[in-house]
Amino acid sequence: MTNKTLVSATVNNEPVEFLCEPQQSLLECLRDILGLTGTKEGCNDGNCGACSVLLDGQLVNSCLVLGVEIEGRAITTVEGLADWRGLHPIQQAFLEADGFQCGFCTPGILIATKALLDRKPNPTEADIRAWLSGNLCRCTGYDKIVRAVQVAACHLNNTCEVDA
Amino acid sequence: MNAQEQKPFAVVGERLPRYDGADKVTGKAIFGPDVALPGMCYGFILRSPHAHARILSSDTSRAEALPGVYAVVTAADLPPAESADHRYARDNTFASDKVLYVGHAVAAVAARTPAIAEQAARLIAVEYDVLPAVTDVLAAMRDDAPILHDDMRTHSLAGHGDKPSNVASHFQHLKGDPARGFAEADVIVEREFHTATVHQGYIESHATVATWSDDGAPSNGALTIYTTTQGSFSVRDHVVWLLDLPMSNVRVVPTEVGGAFGGKNTSYLDVPAALLARKARRPVKITMPRPDVFLATGPSSGAVFRVKMGATRDGRITAAQAELYYAAGAYPGSPVGSGANVMFGPYVIPNGQIDGYDVVTNGPRVSSYRAPGGTPANFAAETLIDELAEKLGLDPLEFRLRNHAREGDERLDGGTHGHIGGIEVLQAAQTCAHYTAPLTGPNRGRGVAHTAWGNWGGRSSCALNVNGDGTVNLVTSSVDLSGTRTTIAMQAAEALQLPPERIKPSVGDTDNTGYADVSAGSRTTYATGIAAIQAAEDVIAQMRARAAALWDVPVESVAYARGVFASGADLRFTFAELAEQVTGSGGSVGSIANVDVAEWGAGFSTHIADVEVDPETGKVTLLRYTVVQDVGQAVNPAMVEGQMQGGATQGIGWALYEGYAYNEKGQMLNANFLDYKIPTALDVPLIETVIVEVPYPQHPYGVRGVGEPPIVPPPGAIANAIYRAAGIRPDHLPMTPAHLLEKLGVIES
Repeated sequence: MTNKTLVSATVNNEPVEFLCEPQQSLLECLRDILGLTGTKEGCNDGNCGACSVLLDGQLVNSCLVLGVEIEGRAITTVEGLADWRGLHPIQQAFLEADGFQCGFCTPGILIATKALLDRKPNPTEADIRAWLSGNLCRCTGYDKIVRAVQVAACHLNNTCEVDA
Repeated sequence: MNAQEQKPFAVVGERLPRYDGADKVTGKAIFGPDVALPGMCYGFILRSPHAHARILSSDTSRAEALPGVYAVVTAADLPPAESADHRYARDNTFASDKVLYVGHAVAAVAARTPAIAEQAARLIAVEYDVLPAVTDVLAAMRDDAPILHDDMRTHSLAGHGDKPSNVASHFQHLKGDPARGFAEADVIVEREFHTATVHQGYIESHATVATWSDDGAPSNGALTIYTTTQGSFSVRDHVVWLLDLPMSNVRVVPTEVGGAFGGKNTSYLDVPAALLARKARRPVKITMPRPDVFLATGPSSGAVFRVKMGATRDGRITAAQAELYYAAGAYPGSPVGSGANVMFGPYVIPNGQIDGYDVVTNGPRVSSYRAPGGTPANFAAETLIDELAEKLGLDPLEFRLRNHAREGDERLDGGTHGHIGGIEVLQAAQTCAHYTAPLTGPNRGRGVAHTAWGNWGGRSSCALNVNGDGTVNLVTSSVDLSGTRTTIAMQAAEALQLPPERIKPSVGDTDNTGYADVSAGSRTTYATGIAAIQAAEDVIAQMRARAAALWDVPVESVAYARGVFASGADLRFTFAELAEQVTGSGGSVGSIANVDVAEWGAGFSTHIADVEVDPETGKVTLLRYTVVQDVGQAVNPAMVEGQMQGGATQGIGWALYEGYAYNEKGQMLNANFLDYKIPTALDVPLIETVIVEVPYPQHPYGVRGVGEPPIVPPPGAIANAIYRAAGIRPDHLPMTPAHLLEKLGVIES
């Protein structure tokens, strides 16, 4: 039996402590130990982006990060986007623009979108496509995802045209 | 408002948000892999490393002895097979005498943790006698090919063959006199095409949790299965079939589905999880690792086509002939039949012949994939159609229009065309912004392809229950694929003449809903919508009767419109007022409609692709892409566009990137999302959509199936665009840079 390590970190702005085996990925820790199943496993080898989370604001595939590596660090998952005021503008934009179908890749795409818009508030279509190329979606053909990111950007920048 | 401006519907046709939308963007939606039960343990499936081998012995004792292991199961735990089909399903669950593909399940373990389960599975000693393997469909048909099933004889019109063969069946469609038809032709074109095996590529793996109640002996307890599937009842029936249980004792609870595309019509983990849970006497969860999804679950057939078409100088097709060879994987059942339906589907073929062959090979047993069998067949036929149009000097859309079928025309594959909108689709393509825009620049070309797809009706069930405040709960047994609970609820709202926010839809399980076929075949919005409308009409009839009783007037005098019941000049109830009354007296109002829809409308779709081909690297860049499709009546246009864009993108992946690569031992070389490349956001442009609405008369609102047609034309449209750009006609899928460079003469094959 492997020895478990006590990990202290911040997840979605709340302090957490959990015991984790040395080989367990951050994805496993989030889903199986902390019960945060919004973050999805699509491939477990870093190719699909369904497990995307923010690690100290940096976009990572949580299947490629070990649970023990987040000691003292801050994680944001899809569950951390909405707050008591309601949905995050990115979530709102994806609802408005129908930027999802089955919804399975959506948590990862929302997190990747947040990472993009945090860095680049006014991305071009090419910027969005390049940034999201690590997040596979099999349902939408990406059209409505790209448009949803554009809607999210204008929400966050308060540049959306108001309906007459 | 004049009559032309008046909308025919209040709810249908609106871009409404999805009922499940918020849960999908917050991470709250529960998908298959998210299910956890108290006391649950974890299953792992041991799979064959060989593509073809006899199992000489299997020893599970070391696995059983590992601390933390609760159960080990093999084929020996399954009841004996009762028919060939039963044996195929049983052997595909756990191999008994032979393994037939890499990834073929041979045993499963349940243990306290996933790591222990995997470790224990590796301790199972299986001794194999490795046999030669065959993965290519034509190679599997040769006389000296390794035989997968010693008892398989080719089934054809002539009966059964007299010697073992990998050809499970051969069928033929014949119309008119093909030889005479080709003799009448001024132009004849002929080619052979090869297309790779492709996977549905849903991002959510298969996952199942099974648990038994312990009333009496474990073997007569009741089984509950939580699983990601397109059909809760199809899973139930599969489990009942293989485990010989009463239907009433198997409850299947479908989860949210993270993509399926036909690949979750088939049950893979449910029987192993049920067997493990019974032995372990606790809930068992199995989640399939991504490589196993590629290796062991339903891809679509790799195929070979030999196609010939002829036409007269004035642009009339005189004859068409095709041979279709489809690799079924380890057991029979390729979609060669529907491939043959698609082959020359949209056109009038006066003289024609189609021969279809279903051939077993050492690969995973194929499953449905969105318009099963249609995409590669359409690639072959539409390439020749394009070539005929070119040789005749006709616009490719005009050539298709001249030969297009109309209602009542006889089909080459038997039967006649029903109410179809194919001509309207081609006409809309001719006038759309994309086709009328110029395309300029070197190495660029524009191609089109067009398809018919049959769609489906089938069995559906929908229940409505009216609450005391006038809200309505809708429960359907049709698993929600990409928003169908919304399109079903919108039809219920339309029929109930209530605002959609008064309807609350949900998906039930096999214990609490009526029977439904799989959510597949583009049938859910169509057929389950009909069930919802019927239930709504019954609810209104019951409510009218209750109003009549309360008012003491004849029921015929009670009218219902826009949420208000009225009789005479002064008797009036809103739907909510009457709902409050009826729940307080005489029992509440509800209805369940069970339908078996025997007629449905075919779908037609035309795609337009602009490409640029790099002559040095063979890389194809998609510059612009448009999907034109007849959807009958769009229930929710935003979701219809999403189906058209998503289907087209899967077809683009099939055209340019996707394909199983096998080595000579029959081992798949690219069982991951890096080497099996599905399109990313960088690989496709924005996809333009033109929704054509030719209402289907057998549906109250004119709905036709939408989901499948858009995956079919992309390879043909892209191949024809490549020809215009580079002067070469690709004949392999995927159309990789290497294939194009061979055709360009830059490299040798």
